[in-house]
Amino acid sequence: MPVELTEGDRAVLRGERGEAAALAMRIVVEMAGVSAAERLIDVTSAHVDGCLYHGVAGLEFAERLVAGGARVAVPTTLNVGALDLLHPDRYRGDPGVAANARRQMDAYVAMGCRPTWTCAPYQLPERPAFGQHVAWAESNAIVFCNSVLGARTDRYGDFIDICAALTGRVPLAGLHRDEARRARLVVTLEGISERLLASDSLYPVLGHLLGREAGSEVAAIVGLPADTSEDRMKALGAAAASSGSVAMVHAVGVTPEAPTLEAATGGEEARELRVTTARLRAFRDELSTVAPERLGAVSVGTPHASLAELERLAGLLGTDEVAVPLYVNVGREVLAAAEGRGVVPRLEALGVRVVSDTCTYISPVMDEVSGPVMTDSAKWAWYAPANLGVDVVIGGLEECVRSAVAGRVLLDETLWADA
Amino acid sequence: MPEARTLVAGTARGRALVLDEPLSFWGGVDPATGDIIDARHPQHGANVAGRILVMRTGRGSSSSSSVLAEAIRAGTAPAAIVLGEADPILALGAIVARELFGTTIPVIVTAESALSTDDPATVRADETGVELRGRGRGHPTARRG
Repeated sequence: MPVELTEGDRAVLRGERGEAAALAMRIVVEMAGVSAAERLIDVTSAHVDGCLYHGVAGLEFAERLVAGGARVAVPTTLNVGALDLLHPDRYRGDPGVAANARRQMDAYVAMGCRPTWTCAPYQLPERPAFGQHVAWAESNAIVFCNSVLGARTDRYGDFIDICAALTGRVPLAGLHRDEARRARLVVTLEGISERLLASDSLYPVLGHLLGREAGSEVAAIVGLPADTSEDRMKALGAAAASSGSVAMVHAVGVTPEAPTLEAATGGEEARELRVTTARLRAFRDELSTVAPERLGAVSVGTPHASLAELERLAGLLGTDEVAVPLYVNVGREVLAAAEGRGVVPRLEALGVRVVSDTCTYISPVMDEVSGPVMTDSAKWAWYAPANLGVDVVIGGLEECVRSAVAGRVLLDETLWADA
Repeated sequence: MPEARTLVAGTARGRALVLDEPLSFWGGVDPATGDIIDARHPQHGANVAGRILVMRTGRGSSSSSSVLAEAIRAGTAPAAIVLGEADPILALGAIVARELFGTTIPVIVTAESALSTDDPATVRADETGVELRGRGRGHPTARRG
């Protein structure tokens, strides 16, 4: 069945809004065929990931669009690029790559996208409302958008994200549809201690387990505290979208489409999975590539740290200087807010290196490290060994801070004791 | 009869590389060489270039479209991708490569490929259906629509 197009869609295909919009619409329509969508729908905004340089294909695509007169049709924010434009001297990679990366970032701004340069667009004031259809790219943003905001996005990525932004149209497919948002897997937490539930350490590890077990399925987690914070859901979702293709996860009693388990599953049958502390320990251990001994550096803020997380980091450090480099990744708008509150100067005075616009695991912005890197992010732990060739140790934010101050890995094993 | 359909049309021939686990192209494949660089992947160290790449599904980052398009441009991409379930991210990388470079690779979905690694295989995919043949065995052809 070919996709049903409106007269407006056809006009764009004919080039009435320019060559770039026509190219974008061709791709949207072809992708509608891939996902067997019957028609296209409007989106109210977009978040674009294509601004990150991976090679000349992405750059050629962006510059082809700019040359074709591209202009976004809906408000559009930008994901991280390969460069920290606020601290350009941090980049230690090939200058030719840096030049291309800069051109790619510039091309997206030229199309009218807002230069937000963050993987956490849900921290921006314009985040979408419950039930709105949007086109978001970046796997952690997608899972947050669907799960925590209850706004609707399918798994958009490079290319299709800007095509959706230029046309304001997407296929009616995937997580835009009610039936795809129902949980097919129920994850029940069993015998997890109150202490672990109250710790930041749990959430990335649980997300990692979820990604491994759920694959691309929508899951519903039973047993998370009703006051589970957005930052913890961010850590969980980012992990699940790294080790798996999770694009939505319900937390029963926490997320907006899961007031009850029945609401999350739509009353349909779902596979069951019980998660014990022993199982969590095994998945935690899978994330560390090396025994915790030496320490080269610490990296936190993947996805980008929120203002609350920056303040917590400052609180945990107190007046202690770090003994090994501690990097924190942050979006530039949260950074500006944190600077206004005096948090950033405090952190920098203690030796913390604040990275914005990009992230330490996707771009060579950390100094040479002479040992494993500790992180509180399962996403960082999952990708950095291949991207950067470093060993990683996973721990909670508290453990990361204590270790950075001590200059060696300090883990609190009692946190992971059986209840 | 196994269900099969075309995500991206094209014709390809090559030796199969059957992955034991889903692979994220982003962070998992080096587009300069086609090597699988994800140290946790069971086929870590294998090379996807020119192979009929068979996997249940893609995985992980939405940036995999770019890496696939880049690999197609660089000539390090698989000859074709045979998936167990539709993966829009990989299909998109192939569609964009065709728009940009005028060349692409077929991407198909089939419930069952029956291919083993190193089997010579042929893929023919267009809007009317999919044909997947390996080691002289005929594989049933499914029609779309």
